[in-house]
Amino acid sequence: MRKKIGVLALQGAVSEHIDQIKKLGGNAIEVKIPEDLSTIHGLIIPGGESTAISRLIQEIYLYDPIREFAKNHPVFGTCAGLILCGSSITDGGKKLKSLHLIDIAVTRNGFGRQIDSFEVDLDIKNIGKNIPSVFIRAPYIASVGKDVNVLAEFDKKIVMAEQGNILVCSFHPELTNDDHVMRYFMNKISV
Amino acid sequence: MMNKKLGSERVKRGMAQMQKGGVIMDVVNAEQAKVAEAAGAVAVMALERVPSDIRAAGGVARMADPTIVEAVMKAVTIPVMAKARIGHIAEARLLEAMGVDYIDESEVLTPADDEYHLLKSEYTVPFVCGCRDLGEALRRIGEGASMLRTKGEPGTGNIVEAVRHMRKVQAQIHHVMGLKNDELMVYARDLGAPYELIKQVKELGKLPVVNFAAGGVATPADAALMMSLGADGIFVGSGIFKSEHPERFARAIVQSTTHYEDYEMIVKLSKGLGVPMKGIEMSHLHTEDRMQDRSR
Repeated sequence: MRKKIGVLALQGAVSEHIDQIKKLGGNAIEVKIPEDLSTIHGLIIPGGESTAISRLIQEIYLYDPIREFAKNHPVFGTCAGLILCGSSITDGGKKLKSLHLIDIAVTRNGFGRQIDSFEVDLDIKNIGKNIPSVFIRAPYIASVGKDVNVLAEFDKKIVMAEQGNILVCSFHPELTNDDHVMRYFMNKISV
Repeated sequence: MMNKKLGSERVKRGMAQMQKGGVIMDVVNAEQAKVAEAAGAVAVMALERVPSDIRAAGGVARMADPTIVEAVMKAVTIPVMAKARIGHIAEARLLEAMGVDYIDESEVLTPADDEYHLLKSEYTVPFVCGCRDLGEALRRIGEGASMLRTKGEPGTGNIVEAVRHMRKVQAQIHHVMGLKNDELMVYARDLGAPYELIKQVKELGKLPVVNFAAGGVATPADAALMMSLGADGIFVGSGIFKSEHPERFARAIVQSTTHYEDYEMIVKLSKGLGVPMKGIEMSHLHTEDRMQDRSR
């Protein structure tokens, strides 16, 4: 059976993830309403604007269903997705409601504004060296709980981590042609 | 692991990709910016007047007072865009120096240069530009625009021009895809578009950058219409804060952009919104008042 991965399609870089999943032989669908979660084996929360996505999650009553889904399925959050998967936000931001899927505290826009956005080749534990990584108004992980495994750092800031089923990164693997990170996530999924 | 690169094409275009499926709202002060953010806007456009007020005021419309832009940047954590006049190198550099996240080289302001646009590839900050057809779209990308939007007819609350521009761009993309490789150069000549970009459109089957709808969006249904015509997202200018209940309109337009094919939901969202902005019929607009014709 082919792995079927849902990409949360409320706002953000949805098609880029879907294209990458398909290139790797997976089946990909957009997740817009709670019912969409029932047919998939893994979920990606993509980059976008975290406050907008958080708002839309609540408006369509996806908050609890996503938390329930994450109990026994892999979830991958990139950039805004990382912020949403986390357990707290260091600027105290009440503007969005964290999903508490992974025990990390997140600093939003941690590298600055758009003008400070950058690309860099990153060494990632378990995945590879010199992986092209695109940071766009990116967050970083300010602190991690004891069960969290740190996978990558840049500028002494944690930018990728995992805890059990949950994988998060500050950057955008879907904006590059390098599929190492997506492969790693897809390997977490069992059908 | 090193060689950190700032302001690359991928970083600039990528920023616009993160805005897809979202709504970017015009705001004129910090209060409005907060309303937009709370409603789920993916960015705000900080300006001195919304387009319908620019029309009403007449005279020369310029870059906003930096005080307004800075107040908006302080008030929200979502990206802040701002408009520079077409070809106004100094206004664009000032906005870049202020750290705005995106610059709209916009026909809503009075053009500073009626022949040349900015060479946007030279800036670290990304740019969005308006287009009415594929030739105009590809000329702007050739100059370095990282994002496009239809021009529509700003400040009219009338969607007809945005529809025309979106359909035109899509139809011309489909035409390119049907052409043989040896026919591309002549089509590039006819459109006045860079040949390399015409080739790229044929390979990709779409524009190499994100294309939003702008210029005339006034209701949740207008937003859904533009999404179903293939827009990647929505700009709303006067449509929010010139409506009777800005909070309600903002929230409803954000949700109908996401769920643009869920018509039952859009029915619910459209109920009891109050009066939308007052619109202008195109035939009542004098030729010299058409903002879309200010650049090519």
